[in-house]
Order: sequence, then C-alpha cells, then structure tokens
Amino acid sequence: MSEPLIRIEGISKQFTGRDGAVTTVFEDLHFSVDPGEFVCLIGHSGCGKTTILNVLSGLDQTSSGYVFVGGREVSGPSLDRAVIFQSHALMPWLTVMGNIAFAVSSRWPEWSREKVRKHCQEYIDLVNLTGSEKKRPAELSGGMKQRVGIARALSIRPKMLLMDEPFSALDALTRGVLQEEVLRICAETKQTVFMITHDVDEAILLADKIVLMTNGPHAKIAEIVVNTMPRARTRHDLHKHPHYYRIRNHLIDFLVDRSKAFAGDSPDYDPRHPPLVRPGLDATDAVAADVAKPLMPAKPLVAVAG
Amino acid sequence: MSRLMNWRAPMLSLLVFFLGIGVWHALTLPTAAPQTVNDEYAALVGAAAATGQKSAFPTPADFGKKVWQHLNEPFYDRGPNDKGIGIQLGYSIGRVLVGYLLAALVAVPLGFLIGMSPTVYRALDPFIQVLKPISPLAWMPLALFTLKDSAVSAIFVIFICSVWPMLINTAFGVASVRREWLNVARTLEVGSFRTAFRVILPAAAPTIMTGMRISISIAWLVIVAAEMLVGGTGIGYFVWNEWNNLSITNILTAILSIGLVGMMLDLMMAKLTKLVTFAE
Repeated sequence: MSEPLIRIEGISKQFTGRDGAVTTVFEDLHFSVDPGEFVCLIGHSGCGKTTILNVLSGLDQTSSGYVFVGGREVSGPSLDRAVIFQSHALMPWLTVMGNIAFAVSSRWPEWSREKVRKHCQEYIDLVNLTGSEKKRPAELSGGMKQRVGIARALSIRPKMLLMDEPFSALDALTRGVLQEEVLRICAETKQTVFMITHDVDEAILLADKIVLMTNGPHAKIAEIVVNTMPRARTRHDLHKHPHYYRIRNHLIDFLVDRSKAFAGDSPDYDPRHPPLVRPGLDATDAVAADVAKPLMPAKPLVAVAG
Repeated sequence: MSRLMNWRAPMLSLLVFFLGIGVWHALTLPTAAPQTVNDEYAALVGAAAATGQKSAFPTPADFGKKVWQHLNEPFYDRGPNDKGIGIQLGYSIGRVLVGYLLAALVAVPLGFLIGMSPTVYRALDPFIQVLKPISPLAWMPLALFTLKDSAVSAIFVIFICSVWPMLINTAFGVASVRREWLNVARTLEVGSFRTAFRVILPAAAPTIMTGMRISISIAWLVIVAAEMLVGGTGIGYFVWNEWNNLSITNILTAILSIGLVGMMLDLMMAKLTKLVTFAE
C-alpha cells in the first residue's frame, strides 16, 4: 500500500471565547487520504469541517496534532494544495482569464505571457467556459463562477484539491451538472480530492471514502464509510445500483441519529483507527467482496511521540 | 411619455434658473423716482452720482457683461493687483494640485501600512482622531512661522487638509479587503509585495479613490480662504482684492468660477473612481 498523500494525526482545535471559556470544536482526529482518492467529509455545521479544510490548506492552525502531506508536515499554504472556496472567491476586478492567469503566473512566475494564456485557455476549455474568457465575475452566473474557481484550482496542477462545500450556494440543477463535471475531470486527471459537503447524494456520487463526523463541540470521526459502488458513476443511474440505498440509509441514519448520540466511549472505538465500514455490501456481497478484494485493514498510524 | 419625462428635470432646472435671474433682476432695478439731493452737492458730484439710484450690486445684465469681458480676456496681466481671472484660477489650481499630490504621496502609502497592520492602526488612531478635526487654516500661522514663505504655507495648508480623508479611507479600504481574496493569494503562495499590488490595491482602490475625491473637494474649499490670508495671487486673493475695490460684479464672477472649477475637479475624480470600481 502506497504512502497516503495526506495523513492527519490527532488534530484538535480549541477556541477561547471572550469570557475565557475554552471550546473544543473537534479533538483527536485521525484519517488519511491516498493518492487519487476522492474523500468527502460529512457532518453537521459546527463540527469544524471548514476548520479541518483550512488546516489542510495551511490557512489555519490546529491546537494540537499534526498534518502531513506527502510525508512532510504542513507549515503553511502551498501551491501543492489548491482550494476551491465555497464563495468562489474570484477577484471581481479581473476577467475570467485574469483570475486564472493570476494563479498560473503565481505557480510559474518564469512563464511568458503567451504561455500563461495558452495554459489558462486549456483549463477554461476543460470547465466548458470557452467564450467567456473576457467576462468579469459579475457577468457570470453562480455556476459559471464556480467553474472558474475549479479551473483556477486545477490550473496550478496541484497534488491535492480541497473543496469547501463548493456547490452549496448553487441551485439544484446547476449543482448536478457541476458534480458530473467534477466527476469527469477527476477521472481524467486522477486528481486527489478532499471535499466537505453536507449533501449525502453528492458524497455518494463523488467519493471513494466518506468520513463521518459527530456533532460539535468535541466532534470526532465516528467512522469512515467506503463507497463500494463502481467508480464510473453517473447521477442518472446512481440510484439503480443495489448499494446506493444501503449507503444512503446508513449516512442518513448517522446524520439524523447517531451523529448526536455517538459518544465514542465504546471499548471497541479507537480514535486512531476509526472503524471502516462498507454499508453498501450486505452479508452475501461482503463475502464475495472479501474474496475478490480483501478488505484493507485500516492502516495503523504511527503514534505521535510526546 | 418617457421622453417627456427625460425632459422634465432639465426644464425644471431652466425654470429655476430664470426665476432666480428674474428675482435678482427685480431686486436690483434702479429705484423708480430719482431722488433729488442738495443742488450744490449735485453740481459737485454730478447728477447721476448724487441721486444714488444705482446700488453697487449689479443687475444680471451687468454681471453678464462682466463675465463676457472676463471670458474674452481671461489671462491679461497688468501688474500685481490686476490679473485676469484665468491667471488667478490657474494659481489656485496649481497650489491645490501640488498640495494635494504631496498629500496623496504621503497618505496612500501610510494608509496602506496602517490598514495592513491592526497594531499600527490602533497606535496611530488617536493622533489621526485629534489632528483630523483641526481646521486647516489653524495651521496657517504655524506654517508661516516655520516655513517662512506664504506660498509654501498655502500649499502646506492644502496638504494638511487633503491628507486626512485619503489616509483614513486608504486605511479603511486596505483593512476591509475581503479575507477570501487574501486567502486565495496565500494558497497560491503569492509574496507580500505582489499581494499588496495585485490583490489589496485593486480591492481597496474604489475606497481609496472615494477618499481622494473627498480630499480634492476640501482642498478646493480651503484654497480660497488660504489665499485670502496669504495674498498675492490666486482666486481667493482676487475675491479679497475685489472686496477692497468694492467690485461686487467681480466677486460674483469669482464665486461662479470657483463653483465651476470645483465641479470640474469633482467630475474628474468621479471619472477616475469609475475606472477602478468593480461590480461584484
């Protein structure tokens, strides 16, 4: 098994309120993301999802614990990890091309203007925005703005894409179209993605693994759901697959009931190795799957000394 | 219908204009019956002067004639006390621009620093709050004493009155650049210099320009008073000189031209502001 691209070891985040009271948003989180994997994080608001993403991107710091990317500890933001922001965060005074070119020339400052332009065009075409290069963000619809955000993130060829509820501000139709585009682009580029969402269907459509977080404060990772559906998924026939409803029910159950009730005090629960579950398989499938592809044991993580 | 609506405002403007002229004209009409005075006095000073029928306040027609005269010859120079209104306006605009540009050179970079650092912001805020409400003319004696030159002092007064709106607006604009744009720059590992020029400056530009627009209006307000004090040249001096000459017509011409130049300066700044404004 290859070295995970991202390894998170025992991170926690505390805020000190104005009255001096310390709130622990989440604590002792462990998980990892393998190269080429698409991992979704699901949890209710307030469990620190965005903080986790900001920690991964290097924009925020943890109170304790470590984040390793490619074996190195994260010390700050890096061009290796591109972020797609929930609010698209385009610069309104730049055109579509200008916004992407800003990222590209930050990545490769030595590139000529023409080379930057060509490279940008490639990614504008990739997200189907050909013809809108000269438009400013104010002239674009919400979906188009987010496409620019995706193109900007991909254009710097990051090792890892971090998405913070990228489609939550979009209407359902646009969201569906963009989800499929992300699926297509990830399949084409074999991009490693970590995405935060609160949309169960989005997670099932896109993710290989779904990390479930309990409610904050003191949020924990309750379990990691492995998406056993084949990777070539479309929104169209997603619900026809036998695994779909099992996974979906499992996730909904968790969000409705168990995210609150989960205390993490059962003797079997070890925050270092959150249970890896495959709700998509029923008893017979599980046996078949076991034969076809042995379940990977959750990789024991190296305990952090000190 | 809508075309008619479009004409309503200009028509109303014209109406107000002519009404104003009419009232002015009515008020300055010569008194109907010439007042007879002592015959000997009349013989001495001439009948027209002795009747006192005409006020020093001009009629609209007199004023129009004077304006026409100034427009025909705006740049004549017949000695220190008799220069064309164009020359005087030129001196004033020159002083305003020099003082204003110096202020911009100081205020924009300093405002940038203040806006970038909350510590500097808090440290300098009390000074700014105390210095800002001081009437720029209150600095005049101090400037005359230390700079020992009336022309430089006038420019200093313009500088000191233009500096605050620009400083405060620049600091505010820079401090309120959206966090997400800065985060984009950080995730792209953009250096602080490039971030300042490529992200913070364009993001804060509309606010900075608003400060600059306020400043130029204040500077133009202040120059008239400053020139009344320092004398010599400029439209403010012109007004004061014509007061000493008791030429109300010339004073009115100056007032009108001050208004027009002020409007033009403001329009210019509005145009420039529009250039850097972005829609969100």
